[in-house]
Amino acid sequence: MSAKQINCTIKSMTPVGGYLHMIVDAPEVSEVQPGHFAALAVGGPNGATLLRRAFSIHKSTPGETLEFIFAPHGPGTQWLANQRAGDVIDIIAPLGKPFILPKQPIACVIVAGGYGAAPMELLARELRAHNCRVDVVLGAGTQEKLFGVLDLKSVSDSLVVTTDDGTSGVRGRVTDVLAGVITKNNSQAVYACGPMPMLQAVAEVAQANGAFSQCAVEESMACGIGVCMTCVLPIIGDDGVTRMARSCVDGPVFRGDRVRWDDVDTVPSDAFGAPRPGGH
Amino acid sequence: MSVDLTTSLGSLELSAPTLTASGCAAAGRELAQFGDVSSLGAVVTKSIMMEPRSGRATPRMAETPSGMLNSIGLQGPGIEAFLEKDLSWLTENNVTTIVSIAGNNVDEFGELARILAKVPGVAGLEVNISCPNVESRGQVFACNPVSAAQVIETVRSVWHSDAPILAKLSPDVTDIVEIAHSVVEAGVHGVSMINTLLGMVIDVDKMKPMLGGRTGGLSGPAIRPVAVRAIYQVHAALPSLPILGMGGIRNGHDALEFIAAGASAVSIGTVVFGDPGAPWRIATELGKELEARGYDSLREVIGLAHHN
Repeated sequence: MSAKQINCTIKSMTPVGGYLHMIVDAPEVSEVQPGHFAALAVGGPNGATLLRRAFSIHKSTPGETLEFIFAPHGPGTQWLANQRAGDVIDIIAPLGKPFILPKQPIACVIVAGGYGAAPMELLARELRAHNCRVDVVLGAGTQEKLFGVLDLKSVSDSLVVTTDDGTSGVRGRVTDVLAGVITKNNSQAVYACGPMPMLQAVAEVAQANGAFSQCAVEESMACGIGVCMTCVLPIIGDDGVTRMARSCVDGPVFRGDRVRWDDVDTVPSDAFGAPRPGGH
Repeated sequence: MSVDLTTSLGSLELSAPTLTASGCAAAGRELAQFGDVSSLGAVVTKSIMMEPRSGRATPRMAETPSGMLNSIGLQGPGIEAFLEKDLSWLTENNVTTIVSIAGNNVDEFGELARILAKVPGVAGLEVNISCPNVESRGQVFACNPVSAAQVIETVRSVWHSDAPILAKLSPDVTDIVEIAHSVVEAGVHGVSMINTLLGMVIDVDKMKPMLGGRTGGLSGPAIRPVAVRAIYQVHAALPSLPILGMGGIRNGHDALEFIAAGASAVSIGTVVFGDPGAPWRIATELGKELEARGYDSLREVIGLAHHN
């Protein structure tokens, strides 16, 4: 797979709950897998925001369109939210390592927080195409921040919603119900996308209940293509050595048991090339 | 008639005027999906050190108006793995490669140069004496004319190669011309300027510096006028010294400013993060800017702003 840098015309920009749903023409992109992301230039060629914004790819019609879900919260995403059908966006896609699908038709759980649900409908369809059972747990702070409930319901065997404030579904966190879902369905794999504290909790619950987990992490990036070394986090490699891995090219999907969650935002002292007393 | 964009940095002839900037293109391989890396003037690699290095804790980046702060801390694989994996790829793909080196002390710079002098495929050496993201600001050799010269003398003494040595200078000094004189006397063949400026962003919700490393290097178009000034000053004082210019170049018009100030070629840095095709695009745009002004070649414009 190789990423392409392309100028994409916006087909539509539609509010969905607390988010925006953007569809763009992308005839050059045909190999999107669930968990792939795209890096979007924002602000225009003379704007003050130089760095790309990374979004997971919500949906893709091969050779036709890409779809994204985002929330305007900073100057870059606000600029994007002000674009309209017919405007052109510079997009690099597809990027990153996607979710790995099971070889056997096992029972899987999809867990997502907020717009972390964006890539999960695509994943649920793929898992079902592999004859996997798919159970879904969607969480958010409040009902307005839930995403994809109806769409994911239509491509899964069961779906549970949690909200922190109880405005929809079970009051609480996704991890309050996850162990029950895993036990009930004898799930062997958990796929997660959402904020880092949620991913850590999901990875721990999965491991405690004998399931593998794959987590699409959210680290701030400058380039999205592997050259800036900004988006690193401590990952345990196949050789047992912890390295500061780039979430853009080594991820964004990592095995939950390979991420040193407690050490994110630090360089563990046993990491490859970590500072030693008296200097490097 | 198309404009002649060939140029040179000392003894190194360049087929194109735009290079990557150290730390902004890793070792070139990731850019290969966006263009033919061998058609660039050169790839300037991320600074390589003797030992593998994890770099600093995250957050490592903060976007700022028309720029960014970075605090990567020279994450890298160490010279051994660099030669095996990165330089071999560059050589196999016929990429003109300028290797950037960084040492914790003068001896490490010497050791890196000694190793690289024997390796085929090294077209030039950029000596990074100005990275701000090191634990001790005392290690920023380029802030002191004596220590800057010590590094260059040591590198020069083991550099049995025809490839040019460039010293990368910091703008965070009182008088950059003094530093330039000092490295020239120590035997450098050219200078790269400018490295990032030391900066800080504070997160007022957490009430602490935003970057894990607290301070970071400011880059991008925000620093461009500082770079143009520094190049102009050094070219005025040392008109025959080859200068590789960098600092926020975003398009061909910007690149032309650097050439007119006295740079012989330009490196494209932070802008690559937003536009990985920028090194190729800017070379094309520079050709058009020159053509539009009636010039036949890039070489005739180097330092031209000093004559008017």
